Amino acid sequence: MSTTTLPARAKRTGPGGRRVQATGGKKGLVKALVPFGYLSPTVVLLTVLMVIPIVMVIGYSLMDNVIMKKNPQFVGFKHYSDILASDSFWTAVTNTLFFTGVSVVAHLVLGLAFAMMLNTELLGHRVKAIFRTIYVLPWLFTVAIIAVLWRLLLEPNGVINYLLTASHLAGSQIEWLGSPDTALLAVTFINIWSGYPFYMTSLLAGLQGIPADYYEAAQVDGASAWQRFTRITLPQLKPIIISMALLDFIWTTQQFALIWMTTGGGPLGTTEMLSTFTYKLAFTKYQFGTASAAAVIVLVISMVLAFFYVRAQKARD
Amino acid sequence: MRKKFLAGIAVMAAATLAMTGCASGSTTAPTSAAGSTSAAAEDVTLEFAQWWEPELPANALRGLMDQFEKENPGIKVKLISGPYASTKEQVVAGAAAGTMSDVVGLDGAWVNDFVKQGSLANLSELMKAASFDESQLAAQVQLDGSTWMIPVANFVYPMFVNDDLLKKAGVAAVPTNRTEFTAAAAALTKLGNNIAGWVLPLDSSAPNGIQNDVMSWVWSSGGSMLKDGKPYLTGNADVKSAMEFIKGLYDAGSIAKGSFTMKEQDKVNEFTNGRVGMMIDSLAHVNLIREQNKDLKFQVAAIPSVDGYSGKRGMPYASWGIGVAANSKHQAEAFKLVSFLMGKDVNATLCNSAHAFPGNAQSVPDFVNSDPIFKQAFEIYQAGAPTNEFTGLPVAEDLMRSFDEQFQKYLAGKQSADDALAAAQKAWDAAFAG
Repeated sequence: MSTTTLPARAKRTGPGGRRVQATGGKKGLVKALVPFGYLSPTVVLLTVLMVIPIVMVIGYSLMDNVIMKKNPQFVGFKHYSDILASDSFWTAVTNTLFFTGVSVVAHLVLGLAFAMMLNTELLGHRVKAIFRTIYVLPWLFTVAIIAVLWRLLLEPNGVINYLLTASHLAGSQIEWLGSPDTALLAVTFINIWSGYPFYMTSLLAGLQGIPADYYEAAQVDGASAWQRFTRITLPQLKPIIISMALLDFIWTTQQFALIWMTTGGGPLGTTEMLSTFTYKLAFTKYQFGTASAAAVIVLVISMVLAFFYVRAQKARD
Repeated sequence: MRKKFLAGIAVMAAATLAMTGCASGSTTAPTSAAGSTSAAAEDVTLEFAQWWEPELPANALRGLMDQFEKENPGIKVKLISGPYASTKEQVVAGAAAGTMSDVVGLDGAWVNDFVKQGSLANLSELMKAASFDESQLAAQVQLDGSTWMIPVANFVYPMFVNDDLLKKAGVAAVPTNRTEFTAAAAALTKLGNNIAGWVLPLDSSAPNGIQNDVMSWVWSSGGSMLKDGKPYLTGNADVKSAMEFIKGLYDAGSIAKGSFTMKEQDKVNEFTNGRVGMMIDSLAHVNLIREQNKDLKFQVAAIPSVDGYSGKRGMPYASWGIGVAANSKHQAEAFKLVSFLMGKDVNATLCNSAHAFPGNAQSVPDFVNSDPIFKQAFEIYQAGAPTNEFTGLPVAEDLMRSFDEQFQKYLAGKQSADDALAAAQKAWDAAFAG
């Protein structure tokens, strides 16, 4: 939307620019290298912390007995075909899709609802400040705390069961995390609880940026509250919603700590995710080649999502 | 000016590279900076990675290291401490990268894999080179005739019994066989108020419940899950009988709810809070239970066996084992630390702090005589046979996990005991085939 005009001096001294060519020699070369000097710390860090590990993992995924043996064998795409033929992998994919899809939608709905409540003019500033603090609390806890907290709340002798049985809503203790019927729902609920404040705060900022004139004009034209929401609020928030949903999708597909610390992928594999599946391959089966292949598959999925995220960002700009 | 700036950038980049390079540097380094005296330059710093320090009273392990440094001038010890799980990951990654600490804390369940990886030094050779008297060792973990791990401290897993609950339930004596145990568990569960007779943690993220709480029933009756060192599950009457016994308790509602995702710590909490009458657990938790519930009256007993069994009762145990890294440049010094920790008095001191049974056969820690619970446990330990068939097996944790998955399906009524055993056998055979 906006254009930036480079200062004339910068234009003339850019790498490969006319002035460099005109000046030539050692001095010109030094000037041409200045931008790369600025970039070098970032490039070095990205190379060491991202490029090299990614390339190594891709390399590992093509080798057998890697890490565990000094002379691993090249096996091509064997690990990929093994993984894609594995029932456990597809169970993990299905669980991850459910966990991620439900989490992202619920995060969005809850985040938007709370953001709108906090943006209302019906409440005073002090009341809103109190609620803002309460609503944002789950975001302040680390995953370990969240896992321990909810394990205690949801255990058969926990507070939730006590409340349910005391109020006669449940006849006996429910094994929320221990039963194959409820475990996936329970971990998804915990993830929703811990993640909605991210949406809430971002959407609240977005809501506060929508000019009041739009709503006033719509009201003058006789638009109902629902019409104002669907015709003004949602379109105005759309770029934020798309960006956040994509980011959330990427992060949630990679959720490991919460699952590991609450159910460990059980019971009976009902909460097995791609992350726990990969971890078990690596650190309990010591099949680092297969684990690397699984990690590369997750990387590819993340890159596809990242592509859409970047495209959404570009469209927004 | 710009030249200076560029030079600055270059220095920054070099520093960044150096910093990242340092992260994967060698495991040992001279303690003194370059340019110091030659005597100081000969100093050796041993890295000792373990999970023991956080589980011991403050400064207990560091104090012993200070004593070692005093007795061995020129050798310093740097403790690398972390939780159990991260120590394992650190050892695996360190072995792959050649940056494994010189001395490492080991669990018997890891040894086979690390030996295959070539990451552990052969302790038999180091013992020979140091003229170390092996007869003082209570146990050694060996593979292919060589020792790779020495158990420093042993934590046995007897049965804990809540005396008050047992009394309330009208159970006159601590159960000694499965029939008595079943009756006691049912009576305890009948007390209501969400009290259960027994507790069984089967969480698959830490599947050691299979070793401590399931296979212990096999071992306590003289059974085995192996035949000639190979998996023996299909057609194994002892294992099937233990599974059916547990399934009976499960179906009767005598086991605390939430087993499938329950962890060891949850088990201890349930017992400590008086919601469970009996559990099989490590003696290492005795003090924790006492601290958290001062009023709890409990005792320890041998794990019940099948009715009529009169042989030696196997009792699961876990060890704080020790090994030396194959990539260590100071293996002789590293073994000095190992032999120091295995010395009669030092081992007794360490085990006294850990409330563990000593790895040195001649050591007798004070708590064994001063504390009635530990005295009782020591008697059971001596009368029985410390057993852990998972020690030294390949991918031992994964063996527990694959059995756990099948066992959970069996408990949930999704398959028969025979099918569970056959499926677990298949998984174990594949793991052994490597």
